[in-house]
Amino acid sequence: MSFAYDKLMGGKNGLTGFIILAILILIVFPLLLDSFRLNLVGKYLTYAFAAVSLVLLWGYGGTLSLGQGIFFGLGGYAMAMFLKLEASSPENTAIQSTPGIPDFMDWNQLTELPWFWEPFSSFTFTLVAILVIPALFAYIIGSAMFKRRVGGVYFAIITQVIAVILTVLIVGQQGFTGGINGITDLRTLNGWDITSDSAKNIFYYVNCFLLLGVIIASRYILTSKFGRLLLAMRDKEDRVRFSGYDVANFKIFIFCFAATISAIGGAMFTLQVGFMSPSFVGIVPSIEMVIFAAVGGRMSLIGAVYGTLLINFGKTAFSESFPELWLFLMGGLFIAVVMFFPNGLAGLWQDYGHYITDRFKSVKNLFVKPASATKATTVENS
Amino acid sequence: MLTNNTDYTLAIEDLTVSFDGFKAVDNLNFYLDKNELHVVIGPNGAGKTTVLDLICGKTKSTSGSIKFLNKELTKLSEHAIVREGVGRKFQTPSIYENLTVLENLEVSYPRGRGVFGSLLFKRDQAVMEKIYDIAQQIMLDEEMHTEAGVLSHGQKQWLEIGMLLIQDPQLLMLDEPVAGMSVKEREQTAELLNKICQGRSVLVIEHDMEFVERIAHKVTVLHQGKILAAGDMETVQKDPKVVEVYLGH
Repeated sequence: MSFAYDKLMGGKNGLTGFIILAILILIVFPLLLDSFRLNLVGKYLTYAFAAVSLVLLWGYGGTLSLGQGIFFGLGGYAMAMFLKLEASSPENTAIQSTPGIPDFMDWNQLTELPWFWEPFSSFTFTLVAILVIPALFAYIIGSAMFKRRVGGVYFAIITQVIAVILTVLIVGQQGFTGGINGITDLRTLNGWDITSDSAKNIFYYVNCFLLLGVIIASRYILTSKFGRLLLAMRDKEDRVRFSGYDVANFKIFIFCFAATISAIGGAMFTLQVGFMSPSFVGIVPSIEMVIFAAVGGRMSLIGAVYGTLLINFGKTAFSESFPELWLFLMGGLFIAVVMFFPNGLAGLWQDYGHYITDRFKSVKNLFVKPASATKATTVENS
Repeated sequence: MLTNNTDYTLAIEDLTVSFDGFKAVDNLNFYLDKNELHVVIGPNGAGKTTVLDLICGKTKSTSGSIKFLNKELTKLSEHAIVREGVGRKFQTPSIYENLTVLENLEVSYPRGRGVFGSLLFKRDQAVMEKIYDIAQQIMLDEEMHTEAGVLSHGQKQWLEIGMLLIQDPQLLMLDEPVAGMSVKEREQTAELLNKICQGRSVLVIEHDMEFVERIAHKVTVLHQGKILAAGDMETVQKDPKVVEVYLGH
């Protein structure tokens, strides 16, 4: 029990924060928001996976990836490919010149399903692919760079370039990928209508539980020796290397893990929003994910979730009334956070949160028994 | 095999490293015995730190061999050399400022060095006992939960020595361990070094001659990548070449 308490929840403060977040997304939002808005929050929460992954990779690991969109996209596309194949049954696509293949392939004069699409007709394969393909891709990128001790700014630039390459590839290979429009018109999951409100509500909860699960798994990593090594490497990489550790392996692992987390977010995005397109792969979404993590607090797994929600609520609210101002506002916010609150919302809470909790406690103390009496009862109880 | 094995802990033979033609270490031959505390002195740019870099794999040699317990080190990667039993302290204290003293030592504990090993690593009885034992030796047992960044300069140096000791290396290399220390701290460090060279070999680079006198079993003077003189402290101090290039002024 104490193991679970310390390792997975991060002690008392970690547990409180975790429970508050769980109550907010599992109870408060579904009670307050209508189905449309709840689906919107669900979409935001899929970005939170990428933000959490950046807390591990960037906040603790000190390695900034400007390409988390790559993995978000890989997860999203894998899920979209499965759903698209199901939506493209020969009956549904009878009017095409080649029935049974996705519509955009037919428009692009493809006459048979490309080989790499074939396995995505299996749901099991797709689920495995969502977890494994991004990790494998991250492993290749990570080994190529970290083994050669490429890091810092160079790593950021290279990941960004890969995000661009992937976008260009998706847009250019329209017949295989659906091009700039992405993969759209997704209907059912194993025969279950995913566009209905009830399906969207279920996905919302699945998404929440997965996110909370990812936070717990990340907590486990950060509280293990691995987590302390991440901090140690960020501070004095050579000292870690000359203490007998193969530094590159640790960076590769956390990069792969971050990739898998982001991919889960991407897959949940596809399920809840009903399509996947290259605009969630490239530079802009990748940088937005960094901003979510920075605003929420790059050293706080839970802060990253709030950062994601805050920025996206802001984006929705502002871009409805001042669409052209939003980007400037977000840019300004990012600069302000970096300059004045380097630890983001979580840092603010740490520095000033006790003013609120103290007041709360003093109010509470008016209603409870005097301290001595409370003490006596606890002694009796124990 | 043609290689000639020795009884030495460390045997360096014909070691050369050249940076764009400049030979920082030139045909160096150097032997280190078990239980020996050997100090390398020499003017700036003599190649002292480069020798340590070569032994621990930070710099790759151009030619020559470095044998540690008869195992060739020149082809091994840094972490593999450490795992063979070579520990190295850097010139400026190199500790993890954001971690506590306890965590600094724990991270250096030689178990769970792989990715998955570190994920499953448990802070058990044996680990804690070792950590407390080391902390006592380096006089930091009262500071276990202090963040390393706020320690005094001298304490940081000790902590880094402790982080090496916890790995129980057969060869301990210290680059200017008393730089920036107070007189009292120097004395304590000398005591510490005399204690820890039992059962292992220690190689120290130092400028402070008074300190060298207190600790050295043997002294080697390096000059322009070559050995100028070697022997016990007295012989070296009297050597006219040494007086001319190093001690004289």
